[in-house]
Amino acid sequence: MTSSETLHSLVQSGRVHRRLYTDPAIFEVEMERVFGRAWIYVGHESQVRKPGDYVRTFIGRKPVVLVRDAEGKIRVIHNQCAHRGSLVVANDKGNTDEFQCCYHGWTYHLDGRLKAVPLQHGYPRDFDPNNPKTAMVSAGRVKSYRGFVFASEATDGPSLEEFLGHMTTSFDDMIDRAPDGEIEVAGGTFKHAYEANWKLYLENLCDAAHPLFTHRSSIDAAQQQSDAVYSDGSGEIAIRQMRQNGAPYSFWESQVGIWTYPNGHSYLGDYHDDAKLVAALKDPVFRDYIAAMEVKKGEAETRRVLEVRRWNSNIYPNLSFMSQFQQLRVVHPVAVDRTVVATYNFRLKGAPEQMFRNTISFANTVNGTGSLVLTDDLEIYNRIGMGLSSEGAEWIEIGRGLQSDAPDAHGGRRGKNSTSEVYIRNMFDAWLRYMADGRAAMRAAS
Amino acid sequence: MARKPKRPPRSAAIRARRPIARRPRSTPPPAAGLDLHRCEQFLILEARLLDEGKFDEWLALFTPDAWYWVPSEPNQPDPHETVSLIYDDRRLLETRVRRLARPRMYSQEPRSRTSRIVSNVTIETNDRNACTVRSKFVMIEFRREQQRIFAGTALHRLVQSGGRIMIAWKRVDLVNCDAPLDGITIPF
Repeated sequence: MTSSETLHSLVQSGRVHRRLYTDPAIFEVEMERVFGRAWIYVGHESQVRKPGDYVRTFIGRKPVVLVRDAEGKIRVIHNQCAHRGSLVVANDKGNTDEFQCCYHGWTYHLDGRLKAVPLQHGYPRDFDPNNPKTAMVSAGRVKSYRGFVFASEATDGPSLEEFLGHMTTSFDDMIDRAPDGEIEVAGGTFKHAYEANWKLYLENLCDAAHPLFTHRSSIDAAQQQSDAVYSDGSGEIAIRQMRQNGAPYSFWESQVGIWTYPNGHSYLGDYHDDAKLVAALKDPVFRDYIAAMEVKKGEAETRRVLEVRRWNSNIYPNLSFMSQFQQLRVVHPVAVDRTVVATYNFRLKGAPEQMFRNTISFANTVNGTGSLVLTDDLEIYNRIGMGLSSEGAEWIEIGRGLQSDAPDAHGGRRGKNSTSEVYIRNMFDAWLRYMADGRAAMRAAS
Repeated sequence: MARKPKRPPRSAAIRARRPIARRPRSTPPPAAGLDLHRCEQFLILEARLLDEGKFDEWLALFTPDAWYWVPSEPNQPDPHETVSLIYDDRRLLETRVRRLARPRMYSQEPRSRTSRIVSNVTIETNDRNACTVRSKFVMIEFRREQQRIFAGTALHRLVQSGGRIMIAWKRVDLVNCDAPLDGITIPF
């Protein structure tokens, strides 16, 4: 059912088999071969600033802990007691000197090594607390790119930078927008859930052909909204974004593009420029921001940074982020037909405080569980989940723009324009490589 | 002579207070003031408008500079520094209500049906023509084949305007505000 040959037969030119979204056996193999091999985003260093700071997260379905150990090193350890297997860390985040299992009191150092065991004399004579088998197990490899922490369960394979390839420039874009050159996670998190496959989420994030249709209700409501009505600024940002979703197809076809790179990564570019999003120079906050940037970075560098116009940057298989409003989303597969997405925001150090308020207003609009926009996206995922359970069409189409894919200067492939499904085809290329070819990620040209 | 009017508390002050239910004031508020009975009747009316899908009439209960807030964290101190399940200023609240009437609102196809219970109503602070009312609610939402339960605490800032009671702000704290949630389309 999941032999290499079968898997190859399920991914064809411009189409994939519906089983890829519905078959629990394929999901199990994905957990092992995609989430068990790729570099998986696990968090940002600013979430664990001090020794002992930790957050709970997942590599695929596996519960892990991202922690800064006593020496200040970032660790990712499996959240499982080496004794009877209990979850050791139960709180979502916190600060601690050690990890202690609630069952028999096995106690661990912050790097996962066993520290103390009650009743140690009672264990077999060869019991050795220094044996790595008594530790909370570390992830295969842990590496950061400029503060963004990834873990890979594969102990060998391409380095993180090789895995990311040209996509490192999207992280650079996010960080370079901070006048002080530093960003930090702030402002809380959303968790949204839908009853369908995890792959659908990233497959929607460069889909410029859907807003005009899917988000029709919020586009219409926003277009009809009087700007004379009171706003404290937050509603104004939300409404501007909803109106932007109503841009005609010709806009998406002529002004927006999609770039894709090895290992399934992609970004939507030349989308909103800052003029559309923050009313640019008419906006005193943005003027203050530009001034702060110019003081720290100079005029030429400020112009260079702000001229990078990328919308969602997607790191396959579980991360998407967006520089202009400092958003980040992490996809957590739960089951073949259930997915949870956690979303985060970043504060640009050195930027005017109001910028962060705008970030929050924007997050509420695009990521909020009660958002006027996201609710329709969740509806789409749920409906795909229900629709695929039909015995109707056997194949799912991913062929839009297929004839127009063109090579990109950085070893990638770009679509003709933003309505191309090139980024979905690109994800399935990576998927096959992980799933069927028994290979880890590619060493990408950067 | 009426009691000395109290300064309207900041919402943070309300949350910081120990959750000791305030007894309704023994001295009645000023004539035509906002007593417990009127407040309770108002909350019941509001719940009914929402259950019956009369969102325009619900919107008409809010003052022109009102805000409506559903925090994403327990004890969330403010809506500007932390994300919220919903934080609508008046302009966005109007857009939200207008969207609810759009025929192609796919996340409301089919429509939800809701049933709410409002209870445990107490007046937290009471001034001459305004008061902050705390209540508990349970809302059952049925849509498609699923029924969801939402429950929590609502704070309403109610003001009197031309003999009418209006909502100056409303804060809804869900007990599961930080859970993974499918979309929320019907206001609480």
